[in-house]
Amino acid sequence: MIGVASRQPRPAMAPGPLVALLAPLLPLGGVAGHSVGFVDSPVAVAGLVLLVGTLLLRRLAVGALSEAVILSVGVAAGYGATLRLLADGLAPDAGLWLLLLGATLLLGRVLRLLAEVSGPARHACPALFGLAILLLWEILTRGLQVPAILLPPPSAIAAAFATNAADLWDDFRQTVLISVLRGYLLGCGAGFAVAILADRVPFLARGLLPLGNLASAIPVVGVAPIMVMWFGFDWQSKAAVIVVMTFFPMLINTLAGLASAERIQLDLMRSYAAGYWRSLLLLRLPCALPFLFNGLKINSTLALIGAIVAEFFGTPVVGMGFRISTQVARMNLDVVWASITVAALTGSLLYGALALAERRVTAWHPSFRKR
Amino acid sequence: MPAAPSPSLPPALTAVPPPAPFAEPGAEPGRTIVDVRNLTLTYQAADHPVYALSDVSLSIAQGDFISLIGPSGCGKTTLMRVIADLEQPTGGTVLVNGMTPEQARLKRAYGYVFQAPALYPWRTVERNVTLPLEIMGIPRGERQTRAREQLERVGLAGFERKFPWQLSGGMQQRVSIARALAFNPDLLLMDEPFGALDEITRDHLNLQLTQLWRRTRKTCVFVTHSIAEAVFLSTRIVVMSPRPGRILDVIDCARDLPPERTLDIRESPEFQRIAHRVREGLMEGHSYDD
Repeated sequence: MIGVASRQPRPAMAPGPLVALLAPLLPLGGVAGHSVGFVDSPVAVAGLVLLVGTLLLRRLAVGALSEAVILSVGVAAGYGATLRLLADGLAPDAGLWLLLLGATLLLGRVLRLLAEVSGPARHACPALFGLAILLLWEILTRGLQVPAILLPPPSAIAAAFATNAADLWDDFRQTVLISVLRGYLLGCGAGFAVAILADRVPFLARGLLPLGNLASAIPVVGVAPIMVMWFGFDWQSKAAVIVVMTFFPMLINTLAGLASAERIQLDLMRSYAAGYWRSLLLLRLPCALPFLFNGLKINSTLALIGAIVAEFFGTPVVGMGFRISTQVARMNLDVVWASITVAALTGSLLYGALALAERRVTAWHPSFRKR
Repeated sequence: MPAAPSPSLPPALTAVPPPAPFAEPGAEPGRTIVDVRNLTLTYQAADHPVYALSDVSLSIAQGDFISLIGPSGCGKTTLMRVIADLEQPTGGTVLVNGMTPEQARLKRAYGYVFQAPALYPWRTVERNVTLPLEIMGIPRGERQTRAREQLERVGLAGFERKFPWQLSGGMQQRVSIARALAFNPDLLLMDEPFGALDEITRDHLNLQLTQLWRRTRKTCVFVTHSIAEAVFLSTRIVVMSPRPGRILDVIDCARDLPPERTLDIRESPEFQRIAHRVREGLMEGHSYDD
């Protein structure tokens, strides 16, 4: 394995990370009004030495993966030193920014190496990329002293997450486990059932499809207050908004899926004297599965958006939309960000679970099949 | 086996296939299975009517292997689809086993092999073959036994758990033949089943098909573009021509070619003579064009 890797030519390295070597010539930053030189800070010097040291050590590497591991120690040293100095109350100056720039350029090299790695390590590239964004976000918001109301650092969001965990859980339960789940099942279920009906009753399909275009253009902020007036503050109004948003995507996808069986496959069923229901179960629904999953995936994100927006127009003092609207008013933007994080994670998990299920159920489809 | 015409066959028997030694009980040779009379099928295209079939009459007896040959648009597939009740004629009558095509279809009188394998990609090879049996309500155990039997018959034992898309085109078409055989219909309708395959595979499948036909004595209707294939397989060849789709010639092969056929009979003078006559018929039809 390593022998194979060593024969792979690795891309040449640009000298970019060496800009960090200029850092000692510049002021590092200031603490309580006093300027601190780069060489006065053991932390900065240690970070720089490690960073440059890994650049020299990379010659020991036998493959892309091992070089990436060696260099990532240098990246970690650069980022770690920066974070440490910021935590100590340093107001950064050119020297520290140069060290960060060097570490970031080195990170670029690491990512480039990891992008070509296969096997279990292939997940390292996106994971490291995401981690780097979080770290840069943290460093830049602290180093540039961005007001927390504009953009709090991730650490502050995490802290808000921890202190408000109970509220966030209640919101999650109200919005996701009650409103979204019920609305989603109702909307997708109704869309599917009506599609099956419309498939048998042509005037329904012809009449409903133009309405589908209309419904997809309905602004959710317009429907939400109406639904709150119709169905009250609790989950029913949120579910109603979700049904409005998800019904037509599901209907249209199911109809397209039911129409996707090939003529020759239908003729085969006819030659067996198979009735409507048998053809539906044995041929047309399996054919429609990829379309059904498309509808379900689109709707999973639509449902979450619908519920959160609807909660802006009235809830029983709990729910993600309620939390966001009230905490914005109180300038507690870190809590808002924590809520957004929960929503984003929930949405991607729902979507991911559906994509995984799709892969299992429609493994025969040309987009997934392996010989 | 050397390919020689069998002079021992009495002339009276040559119009219908020779007696079938392995015929199933109750299958009387010579009984009319498909009776087509004055069949006409026209449909309205964008600007003019199309005469897909015009006054076509044909009688197919039990145990016959009939090939329908002709250029594209001559109505050979349409004729077969009418027999299978997949298409409605505008005039004339068709009887299948003495019933209307619809009654025959509802009684599952025929197995249809399409131009493409039309296998369901979400089912394994075996479950594709059991599909008609499932629809007919045959219990699971028997379904499996029958599917394995038919897959073995078409040389695909051991592929039961594969998915269709893991098989080559020729194997897929063999699966579709096994599927058509699985519910043991007396009549097999095959619409250019080997049209998309390379010549070597095609020869091989032709040989398997003629052996299968000899063993089972099922009545076969076979649509093809290939003269050699038609002559090799058939007891009778129906030459058709387009615009309007009609029958030009019906050529008896059973008289001059032995029932038991190997690929080398294609070199024999009798084979060449029949092929020549088919070609002439096709040319005559073509002079109609343009």
